[in-house]
Amino acid sequence: MQDSITVSTDPSVRYLLRLGDTCLIHAQRLGEWCGHAPIIEEDIALTNIALDLIGQARGVLTRAGQLGGQQFDEDQLAFLREERDYFNPTLVELPRGDFAVTTVRNLMVAALLELLWTRLQTSSDAEVAAVAGKAVKEARYHHRHAADWLVRLGDGTAESRRRIETALDRLWPYSRELFQSDAIDDAALASGLGPRWAELRDPWLAAMRDALDAAGLAMPTETAFLSSGRQGIHSEHMGHMLAEMQYLQRSYPGGAW
Amino acid sequence: MNPTATPETADNPEEWPLWEVFVRSKAGLDHKHSGSLHAPDAKLALEMARDVYTRRQEGTSIWVVRSDQIVASDPGDKDMYFDPMEDKVYRHPTFYKLPDEVNHM
Repeated sequence: MQDSITVSTDPSVRYLLRLGDTCLIHAQRLGEWCGHAPIIEEDIALTNIALDLIGQARGVLTRAGQLGGQQFDEDQLAFLREERDYFNPTLVELPRGDFAVTTVRNLMVAALLELLWTRLQTSSDAEVAAVAGKAVKEARYHHRHAADWLVRLGDGTAESRRRIETALDRLWPYSRELFQSDAIDDAALASGLGPRWAELRDPWLAAMRDALDAAGLAMPTETAFLSSGRQGIHSEHMGHMLAEMQYLQRSYPGGAW
Repeated sequence: MNPTATPETADNPEEWPLWEVFVRSKAGLDHKHSGSLHAPDAKLALEMARDVYTRRQEGTSIWVVRSDQIVASDPGDKDMYFDPMEDKVYRHPTFYKLPDEVNHM
């Protein structure tokens, strides 16, 4: 059984883990659709998106492992941390749900990542900027694909509309966490590593409004609920997911293709 | 055509229509038939064609066409259509003597 690693509390490391873990955990959930999507074409589309996100996670985790006096590689960071050392927002770890839940979450996350990668192209960290330059094109497509599905489900049958509205109500409260600033965001802004996520709130809301308008859906109202995945405090779903993700590396340390 | 309109299919309105996918591998070359897929409308057909047929950098441009919009020759007409060309070898430009200065023809 492979022991866990402990990651640096350096704010740059933490900032990058938030980003890398968002991609990694979102990708893991999307991967659950492999072989289960409603149609073969969308099965391939969802796994393509998941693979794009894994690629983004690799770049960011590789860089995070080099900062803060650490020497961890992407695999150690992906598979050997304890739950409290993952810093993705809770939104991406929630169960995959039905296709409506997946569509709404894909839209919420893609719109966020598109804005983040756009800003990160001018990061003071050249490696992060390089990952961003490639990732922004991928996120743009993920955003469009999810928005197009939102229109078809929102403007489809009574059943598809009911499901998409249920998904929106369920996931929207988790958006509030995305735009809470703290010292880690402040440090990233100060060093030029990247923007505070809070700065992306207005353009993100505008992107969501565009997509919802096109689908004939109402903007959900904001709630007081505040999730805490970006602080390392996760929902009950995270541990089960990590158990499945980490099983191979924990049981067969260093196992590779 | 309204890109989000759902066209009816002849035999089964519950089933998404079939689309033929043509991919251009690089600028200057022709679009080539890659295969087909089911999609509810033109816009998603394009996105799915991108996801299914250009995953390995196969393309720089995609066309999709509703399969039922393609007019095809009848296999039963094959004799009448194509066999008469069998003995007309003079239609191939292989009988000309080329001057030596013309290379690579």
